[in-house]
Amino acid sequence: MNDSDPIGTQPAQRPYSFLWIALFVFGAVGIAANAFIRPEGMARRFAAVTTEERVLVEEVPEKAPEKVPEKVPEKAPEKAPAPAAAGDAGGDAAAPEPAATEPAATEPPAPKRKWVAPTDPGIASGALRRVEGVTPITWETREVLKPTEVEPRKAELVAGGPVRIESSPIDSLGIWIAALLTLFILSFVFRDNPFYKIAESLLIGVSAAYWMVLGFWSTLVPDLLGALAPGFVRANAIPSLPASETPTMDAALAFIPLVLGFMLLWRLAPKGGWISIWPIAFIIGTTAGIRLVGSIEADLMRQISRTMEPLVGFKDGVVNGELIRTFDFWGSVGSVVGVVGVLSVLTYFFFSVDHKGAVGRTARVGIWFLMISFGSAFGLTVMGRITLLLQRFEFLFTDWLGIS
Amino acid sequence: MTTKNTEQTPDGIRGFFVRLGRLDRRWIFLAMGLSIAVPILLGLRFPEVPSPMARATFDAVEDLPEGSLVLLSFDFDPASKAELQPMANALVHHCAAKGHKIVFMALWPLGKQMADQAIKDVLLEFHGGKYTYGTDYVKLGFKAGNEGVIKLMTTNLAEAFPTDAAGTALSNLPLVADIRDLDSFKLVSTVSAGYPGAKEWVQFGRESMKSDAQLTAGSTGVQASQLFPYYPKQLNGLLVAVKGAAEYETLVTEKYPVDRNAGRLEQGRIRMGPQLVAHLLMIALIVLGNIAMIASRGTQGGAR
Amino acid sequence: MLRRTVPILILASSGLLLFVSAFSPFTVGLQEIVLKWFNILAAVAFVLGAGNLLAVNLEQISSHRPGWAYSAITLAAFVGTLAVGMLKVGAVPNPMYPDVHFAGAHDDPQAPFGWIYGYMLVPLTSTMFALLAFYVASAAFRAFRAKNFEAILLLGTAFIILLSQTAAGMFLTGWIPEDSVFSFLRLDVIKRGITEYVQTAGMRAILIGIALGVAATSLRLIFGIDKSYLSKT
Repeated sequence: MNDSDPIGTQPAQRPYSFLWIALFVFGAVGIAANAFIRPEGMARRFAAVTTEERVLVEEVPEKAPEKVPEKVPEKAPEKAPAPAAAGDAGGDAAAPEPAATEPAATEPPAPKRKWVAPTDPGIASGALRRVEGVTPITWETREVLKPTEVEPRKAELVAGGPVRIESSPIDSLGIWIAALLTLFILSFVFRDNPFYKIAESLLIGVSAAYWMVLGFWSTLVPDLLGALAPGFVRANAIPSLPASETPTMDAALAFIPLVLGFMLLWRLAPKGGWISIWPIAFIIGTTAGIRLVGSIEADLMRQISRTMEPLVGFKDGVVNGELIRTFDFWGSVGSVVGVVGVLSVLTYFFFSVDHKGAVGRTARVGIWFLMISFGSAFGLTVMGRITLLLQRFEFLFTDWLGIS
Repeated sequence: MTTKNTEQTPDGIRGFFVRLGRLDRRWIFLAMGLSIAVPILLGLRFPEVPSPMARATFDAVEDLPEGSLVLLSFDFDPASKAELQPMANALVHHCAAKGHKIVFMALWPLGKQMADQAIKDVLLEFHGGKYTYGTDYVKLGFKAGNEGVIKLMTTNLAEAFPTDAAGTALSNLPLVADIRDLDSFKLVSTVSAGYPGAKEWVQFGRESMKSDAQLTAGSTGVQASQLFPYYPKQLNGLLVAVKGAAEYETLVTEKYPVDRNAGRLEQGRIRMGPQLVAHLLMIALIVLGNIAMIASRGTQGGAR
Repeated sequence: MLRRTVPILILASSGLLLFVSAFSPFTVGLQEIVLKWFNILAAVAFVLGAGNLLAVNLEQISSHRPGWAYSAITLAAFVGTLAVGMLKVGAVPNPMYPDVHFAGAHDDPQAPFGWIYGYMLVPLTSTMFALLAFYVASAAFRAFRAKNFEAILLLGTAFIILLSQTAAGMFLTGWIPEDSVFSFLRLDVIKRGITEYVQTAGMRAILIGIALGVAATSLRLIFGIDKSYLSKT
């Protein structure tokens, strides 16, 4: 094998080449005809584009009611304060005296600022006012439409409004790429080929990066960085990150997963990979602790209690207006089957005793229960697998070819 | 595409079945492809009769007082979308038609996108007029940690999700501002494709929920076998594979029909039509394979 | 000590804390902190997986092994998606904070990251799993042999389930009245009996066995009896 062979080619096998050529030509002609001749086209997409705009406003502070100015005491602060009078100056008695002789002026708090739409009713009513010198921010949002959805949406549009319908080449291209990638992977059922390998490589690269991005933005930024540097995260990524009551403690505690995280990544280093054992031990320990209780509670105790049902069942019924209890034959059969099944299957999995005699016969009954279970599981699995393929065909016929 | 076998091949019908046993599998692939593609193009559909499990799932949502707080966990990704998105859509429509307040979350990284799709296609399409973000529904998004997230939610929801998916603090969202933990929800429903999913919700979430709270699950066919023991005591309702989705859709759309884009709530029933032909093909393949095995007994060759 | 004792202590203390917290309300606060660390490390594991992918593919390319071009494609797809996602290129601004770039929605369908999801990741992932339908058919033809009674039981049950979960069940036995004595012959009734009683019993026993195994393994790990994870250095 040639070491510099980039795609690992194999000797070509070309059986029935004439048939394949005819199939490809016919397919290409059919797709071209579908794409260009049909009025709504093939895999064409449109977009309802809405222009959004936001302006920076600040809340207009309410006018405070006029008050009679209070007499401010002129004594020096080192003297003991006079006994509190009617309570007017009680709260100010211990406060340091201001240096100026005029009444203390309290700064009004800075008005809250926020971004709103220019049509926000608060601006018109005067509760909000635009901040001068700040350019409004505009952007467009796009909703993808199929060709059949265009006319109904156009009928809903308001002339001169912020929404317009236009062709969307990027989404049309996306449908084509999705269809080609689907066909590349489906080609594997014929035989392994470079197209399948390209699609497989794309899948591995895209999915690994996608999961990493999701983990970073959904967990690492709010939970880790948000604890270590909340101000930075609030200013640059999550402005409404909730403020902690104990930021210093949170930051100190967050150093532990930070350090453990770096130790975990040390696994990739050529030397010192043993360092990753600490965070791995933490993960294993936490998992073991959670699962120990969860599995005993839900899978052991509850399942045993569900098995211990009465073997003779009764059901309530109404006869001639009277409530009576009657023997529930099928319910009783079900209970007996349940108990026999659970005990016999458990006997089968008990390998400390030889499966001979009564134990062997019971284990055999257990095998029968297992075979029926696996047969049923197979039937359900088949339905699932077929549905997956069905959905891909739906996409190819409906979204790509537009023939269904 | 059949390869020539050098051993003795009997004549007649027996020989036919012996040769059939050596059939190149690509003919089987072609048969499977056609058995699904042709019914899709023909639009085969059949009526669905809801099973007791689907009815129990329906009742779990229907019997809740209007405006109850509900948690929907989207624990699947595009690989299982074909089976699970229909039941997720029907679930969202049912909860919205009952006026329940809905909190969306995901334990799978791509589950958030599945939830976004259900919100866009169903919640805002059919109920957008009465559902406002923050007061009627909230998207918590995805959080890494698998069962650790569920366990954390049983004691402190705000620790598990400090903000919603868009970065808004939960305290600024009226619907979830006062929620302490999982106990606050009257119904928790997971649409699950594997791990983490329904099993983890039963093991780590169910025990922390109030005894009158409901836990339901929608599951793929592959995973369903593991969930049967939990029904009906630990799981109040269970939808199994696309059949469960079709049955649940039937119940929901009969009670709460929609007047436009009805196809968004019929995906399960649409996908059941081609299932008939494909299932019959599977049975035929098993029977033919066994006949070929019997026919090959006594000859040197056998089925490949 | 650093390679053995400390990891054993870490595992034991975190496991015991989580175990005790199920019974003691006084340690719930500590449990929440530990679970938060666990969730963070789970996200770091994604980074680890991506880093491993980089390392393997870079090695493949640098050593020019056959098929290295596919590793280059993997890397290009990885780097492109990572850049677009981490930098939130083209993200839809957050209506409440449009001036903060990284507050925008990068997974919105109109953003490049959302485009990659909708037109690359979804078709690739879905179709890869859809291939299984072909292989289940091939396996049914080649491997499902009724050679003994147990195999006949399995196949017979599979037939009943395959028929009953489609319209075939309705056509074949749907005419039998539900309240008649012969209602047990209806395929949907047989299916319900199989799944709700027989299959449930079998899976219940398996669940009980698994639960015992999980409990035993967890206790062995927490008490330091099982140290197999230490050898993974």
